[in-house]
Amino acid sequence: MKLLILIGLVLLIIAVHQLMRVVELSRQFKKGNEWTVTDKDNSFNGKAMLLFGFAFIGFFFWQINRWGDNSLPGAASEHGLKIDALWDYNMYLVSFVFVLTNAVLFYYAYKYKGKKGIQATFLAHDNRLEMIWTIVPAVVLAFIIIFGLKYWNDITTRSTDSNKVTIELYAKQFDWTARYPGKDKVLGSTDYRQIDGGNSVGLDTLDATGHDDILIKNEFHIPVNREIEFKMRSRDVIHSAFMPHFRAQMNCVPGMVTTFKFTPNKTTSEMRKDPYVIQLMAGINEVRTKKGEEPVEFDYTLLCNKICGASHYNMQMTIIVDTEKDYKEWLSKQKQFKTLASK
Amino acid sequence: MANTQTINLSEHVGHHDHAHDHDEHEESFVSKYIFSMDHKMISRQFLITAIVMAVVAMTMSIIFRMQLAWPGEKFAFINSVLGDKWGKDGVLDPNMYLALVTIHGTIMVFFVLTGGLSGTFANLLIPYQVGARDMASGFLNMLSYWFFFLSSIIMIGSLFIEDGPASGGWTIYPPLSALPEAMPGSKLGMTLWLISMTFFIVSSLLGGINYIVTIINLRTKGMKMTRMPLTMWAILITAILGVLSFPVLVSCVVLLICDRSLGTSFYLSDIYIGGRPLDNVGGSPVLFEHLFWFLGHPEVYIVLLPALGITSEIISTSSRKPIFGYRAMIGSMLAIGFLSFIVWGHHMFLTGMNPFLGSVFVFTTLLIAIPSAVKAFNYITTLWKGNIQYTPAMLFSIGLVSSFVTGGVTGIILADSTLDINVHDTYFVVAHFHIVMGLSAIFGMFAGIYHWFPKMFLRMMNKKLGYLHFWLTFVCAYGVFFPMHFIGLAGVPRRYYTNSAFPMFDNLVDINEIVTVFAILAALAQFVFIFNFFYSIFRGEKAPQNPWNSNTLEWTNPMANIHGNWPGPLPVVHRWAYDYSKPGAENDFIPQTVPLLEGEHDGGGH
Repeated sequence: MKLLILIGLVLLIIAVHQLMRVVELSRQFKKGNEWTVTDKDNSFNGKAMLLFGFAFIGFFFWQINRWGDNSLPGAASEHGLKIDALWDYNMYLVSFVFVLTNAVLFYYAYKYKGKKGIQATFLAHDNRLEMIWTIVPAVVLAFIIIFGLKYWNDITTRSTDSNKVTIELYAKQFDWTARYPGKDKVLGSTDYRQIDGGNSVGLDTLDATGHDDILIKNEFHIPVNREIEFKMRSRDVIHSAFMPHFRAQMNCVPGMVTTFKFTPNKTTSEMRKDPYVIQLMAGINEVRTKKGEEPVEFDYTLLCNKICGASHYNMQMTIIVDTEKDYKEWLSKQKQFKTLASK
Repeated sequence: MANTQTINLSEHVGHHDHAHDHDEHEESFVSKYIFSMDHKMISRQFLITAIVMAVVAMTMSIIFRMQLAWPGEKFAFINSVLGDKWGKDGVLDPNMYLALVTIHGTIMVFFVLTGGLSGTFANLLIPYQVGARDMASGFLNMLSYWFFFLSSIIMIGSLFIEDGPASGGWTIYPPLSALPEAMPGSKLGMTLWLISMTFFIVSSLLGGINYIVTIINLRTKGMKMTRMPLTMWAILITAILGVLSFPVLVSCVVLLICDRSLGTSFYLSDIYIGGRPLDNVGGSPVLFEHLFWFLGHPEVYIVLLPALGITSEIISTSSRKPIFGYRAMIGSMLAIGFLSFIVWGHHMFLTGMNPFLGSVFVFTTLLIAIPSAVKAFNYITTLWKGNIQYTPAMLFSIGLVSSFVTGGVTGIILADSTLDINVHDTYFVVAHFHIVMGLSAIFGMFAGIYHWFPKMFLRMMNKKLGYLHFWLTFVCAYGVFFPMHFIGLAGVPRRYYTNSAFPMFDNLVDINEIVTVFAILAALAQFVFIFNFFYSIFRGEKAPQNPWNSNTLEWTNPMANIHGNWPGPLPVVHRWAYDYSKPGAENDFIPQTVPLLEGEHDGGGH
């Protein structure tokens, strides 16, 4: 095998060398040279620019048509709907600028392709034009900034809802733990020095408020239409709790507690009946069947979105959004830390 | 006053170098080709080193793209490149995947687009375009290259150690990068990365100070700041950014070294890893992120501005028109340079940083869109009613304008903290920065190489191969990076070894395949360039003095790499660099050395 590759390489080098000699010989018989740009070159490249412009913008729309429906479904949280709306406005705007500017660029590249005898127009500057393309972007950006920051403030203000559910997301290489406060509605304090096999999130065993805390792996439940306040912690390196369906993301940083809140507005089973989701899952299951894998149902997912080591790509947890009743029922069946630890 | 000083200095250097002319024959191979202090030779050294580094980084990208498109598939190619340890049976190891992603980013950002781009063109063009005999300090300049070379060697060397190279991402966030227990790449590989980067920064500072001093002090008679070509402005601003921001990266790196080896706790707190709690308390990774991005964001413009400068020059020359809005171009580069220092927090909206602080960074970041828009529109207006000469350099310049716009507009989305929440660290970001920074800068670099190749190697590159290279590269580049937006919109995080662990990403297989196929084609297309480049160095046609009918000073000296650049006295400058197709003039270009006619206005006035 290696010998074959070697022989192939040698042959290739000989071939290239011979080709070069042919080219060099033929060069002597040609008029002109190999670098001066001729009208023919300008015409070819100018036309190619125009063609590329069409193809490029065509490719843009083709992709939207083909892959647009692979995008995440509409937001399943209240603030997420606002983000989606803002996203759409901004995306339409920048797509418009993108198409228009590229179209003009490639059109000019074609229209003003060089030709012998043409005199270019000497135009050094034009204050009026330059004012236009300073002021127009400035005004548009002002709107983008104002709306963006208004939403940002709403999303990031501390939760004041007395009916909220507080959940801790605890990250470590390479899995997640969700911690619920239990009956006293208080998350017990923590001390990373107390981490051991029976105390995976480092609860401070002297703090009685932690004894009824509930620790969940693999799949956690949250109630619909109630504000969920997440407190994120990490045991080892930076992770990031990314819940794309809810438009939620926050880093988990060792040594500090970060927060993110949202109110889910669709249960998992409601989401599974959403027409967009049905079509999305059909596409996914079609691919899975081809690969010989079991079809799956839609689920909300928590992913790690900050590089954290070898299994970063597989650090996940399923999120189930329940009705209030189902959520309470599920929660009542979960074991408390005290019982877990005493095992 | 400043002017008299300039003249004195250049005269002085002039005399000094005349004496030098006589020693030329006695130069040894070592002092001419290896430890050269001549800016032209150093520029070529930077370029060739950068090309080698780029090939390495590109090969890495092909390997991890193959894994992403066909996860778990066995490739003899991967096994033959990586060996049995990292590519067992031809399947890429997950740790090696992260290492490749990390080193690919590091090499491309620092070694190719900072060291390579600035090092090549600042060194080549500054003395030529401002009319100086050489850089202010040839010795520092030589050191700059050799530190760059040393850091390249260490970075490449780190690929061959037992635990593999650094693999925490090019941003090397601690604690991942600080704790050897966290991943194999955080052992010796990370140490080498940090040493290599420290040497790199030394190189960059030695170069940067030299560039600034030369541009400020060694301009020839008549070369006012407002007559300098935009390449000079771009390089000047780039060098200032580098000198102000790279030292912060040094402090960032030194503190990380302390945390790694001396047991300090600058970035570490409350960590339990490897089966035991660490003693470190009170540090914060967020501090690291601030320090890192204080360099990291200006770095984006350190990469981009030289490319924009190069393109300004080429678009004007090849359109046979003055660059539209010369002063606005300078103003917008200054504005971009200034703003680039106060936007770093937009990389950190979701790190736990105070959200109000985030709002301030949203504001400053979106402001950058204004000078960027001015630049883009000014380029397009320069084409308007031009007489475009399609050299390969011009093709790449137009490619740059397109990618600058295409990648730039998604920046408006990402700068908006609200919208960033859901695309932060996804492939949408990967698409954005590869197009706006990666493609634009590399297109600018290619444009520069095709344009100034005659100045560097005294021969011409083949235009047809140049066309082939451009069109393949341009089409494939968009084929690689545009679809990535859609992968991001489906929620796929970056730096995932495979998407197959999540059923929700199963429908993205075809996008990933398309991206990889384009990436392989794009990589193959670069061999057209590499062939053309090396072939033309030795066998290309001899270059005439001013092949592109350009106005700038570098085309006024004879086509020979002589010490001191001009055989006689230094040229005297009488006008700006952009008198192309001036009404009433005989030719469609008027070199900067031609005196103004009576009643003729400088700087584009009629």
